[in-house]
Amino acid sequence: MSFNVNEHGYYGNYGGAYIPEMLYPNVNILQEKYLSIIHEPGFRQEFHQLLTDYVGRPTPLFRANRLSDKYGARIYLKREDLCHTGAHKINNTIGQILLAGRLGKRRIIAETGAGQHGVATATVCALKGLECVVYMGEKDIERQAPNVARMKMLGATVVPVSSGSKTLKDATNEAIRDWINNPLDTHYIIGSVVGPHPYPDMVARFQSVISEEIKKQLLDQTGNANPAYVIACVGGGSNAAGAFYHFLDEEQVKLIAVEAAGCGIHSGKSAATTQLGRPGILHGSKSLLMQTADGQITEPHSISAGLDYPGIGPLHAHLYESGRAIFMSATDAEALASAFELSRMEGIIPALETAHAVFVLNKLNFRKDDVVVICLSGRGDKDLDTYMKYIS
Amino acid sequence: MRPKNRLDKLFAEKNKDILNVYCTAGYPHLESTAAVMQALQQNGADIIEIGMPYSDPLADGPVIQQSNMTALEHGMSIPLLFDQLGKMRDTIHIPVILMGYLNPVLQYGMAAFCEAANKVGVDGIILPDLPIHEYETEFRDLFLSNGLHFIFLVTPDTPEARIRKIDSLSSGFIYAVSSSSTTGNTAPIEQQEAYFKKLQDMNLINPILVGFGINDSTTFRAACRYSNGAIIGSAYIRTLTDVTDIGMATKEFLNKITG
Ligand SMILES: Cc1ncc(COP(=O)(O)O)c(C=O)c1O
Repeated sequence: MSFNVNEHGYYGNYGGAYIPEMLYPNVNILQEKYLSIIHEPGFRQEFHQLLTDYVGRPTPLFRANRLSDKYGARIYLKREDLCHTGAHKINNTIGQILLAGRLGKRRIIAETGAGQHGVATATVCALKGLECVVYMGEKDIERQAPNVARMKMLGATVVPVSSGSKTLKDATNEAIRDWINNPLDTHYIIGSVVGPHPYPDMVARFQSVISEEIKKQLLDQTGNANPAYVIACVGGGSNAAGAFYHFLDEEQVKLIAVEAAGCGIHSGKSAATTQLGRPGILHGSKSLLMQTADGQITEPHSISAGLDYPGIGPLHAHLYESGRAIFMSATDAEALASAFELSRMEGIIPALETAHAVFVLNKLNFRKDDVVVICLSGRGDKDLDTYMKYIS
Repeated sequence: MRPKNRLDKLFAEKNKDILNVYCTAGYPHLESTAAVMQALQQNGADIIEIGMPYSDPLADGPVIQQSNMTALEHGMSIPLLFDQLGKMRDTIHIPVILMGYLNPVLQYGMAAFCEAANKVGVDGIILPDLPIHEYETEFRDLFLSNGLHFIFLVTPDTPEARIRKIDSLSSGFIYAVSSSSTTGNTAPIEQQEAYFKKLQDMNLINPILVGFGINDSTTFRAACRYSNGAIIGSAYIRTLTDVTDIGMATKEFLNKITG
């Protein structure tokens, strides 16, 4: 079984580039050039230098002793929350800003849900002196206020989006429309492994540094590069794609993807795409998608803005359909409880998105010597308002 | 046998100043689809383009987005639209094409969709997010065997070789987007002369209709100068918003365009 994208941009039945002609020139240039650009020695050198000196990589792989005792396994946390700007998102934005430079683009647009991708994009735009416009749903602007302030501080323009559910899907629509209207000078930095080919593959490659490091660190710390489990939350699926990437062909490594169940999978307020979705087309690729019988996209719900999305990347749809990854979910309440548990047992306040991944420790049956790696995708500063409401 | 495709008939009889007008199905009211089509036919439209509303119309600007939302709130859907169009050929004799996004059509089923469209007498389909490769390898035969033309878009940035390829796969006509933009954008169409001329000089197999940003007689005439006609969408939708007499409003609107 192959987990690589084919020449038309498909992972099995999913992927492709379902775009209107207005986007063709920009997407086509990316398709033709992304591999040669990211393999250029100069590009690789600059990418790794920035990941090291600016992002702070490699991020630690931390042995969580108290969690390990509680859940009866050897639990390791991959500390993407310690990346500059507080989440894995910047691995991708560093890669894409270098690519945009090589394509001669002067203006950058992005969508954001939790605001982490928006902050990571605003950050690299400041670093490179490029104009930055970030689309963000009005509901997310409200619930992720600290990140809105950070984007503004970094000099980005944050455009509120009031259509649809006023969340990530709608912000992505507006970013795509901006790109249609500004085809010449603009590069669109998509924040997850979604969108038309080559975005899913390109973003997965930039994020694959996560599993590259996990392998080395595990070999150092345990003598075996392969864990029993890798666990990651899935919104669009970029931190999961990065954490899974170098384990995809290691069949003995169980890959656990955790979706947001919202108020419960069948409550009508959920974002558990694999459980509720059917094949369909959104934002330029074929994937699993929450939709009505008529093919209208359904408005998802999650307490976590970064997981509040009605689709998943095509790689994940393929991992789900092929059985290579196991898809689980955590509700709003379960994620909140796990955020508090991680904070109080390990002294790490996770992002709400990340807390979904932590929750499934409760659901898996480990053997004592199983090595379990959780991708700690981001830190929880942006969610303190929500956490404080929950305490009181 | 169904009659010869009405688009072919139209282009055989007329190759200048063809007026194609778009309206979202179920807009302004759920039941107005038929009245809109009547009004367009009576007042000089050559082609009627019916939009199948979608929750996430990526290529559309605010006006058409809003009409899509309104129509969906009214309960418009593809099955209901085919119901509404079931008897249209008793009264509508000009070509009718359906425009929409791929996902709702895929959920309906591409084969079932083409058969239903054929049965009610639709002449052509526009699905801007169906890629050439997928059209060619999966769906082309289905459209053609149901007597449906498939209409592709080209833009000022579509490379010449690709325009040729699109021309070879197209039938009916080619939809030339006046500027790289979402619908309803009002970038001055006069500035695109070079692009329209290039298309004209390419001597394509298919007729060309220009769309996006056509909203009055000046822009209509500018678009027609180098092409076979033009497509009006957002400007007509704006006209229909809040009107009580669709016939009257359509008449006044089209008189202004062609007058
Ligand atoms: C900390 C964190 N984790 C996870 C996600 C979800 O995105 P993805 O599934 O692409 O990793 C987000 C998105 O905003 C995030 O901020």
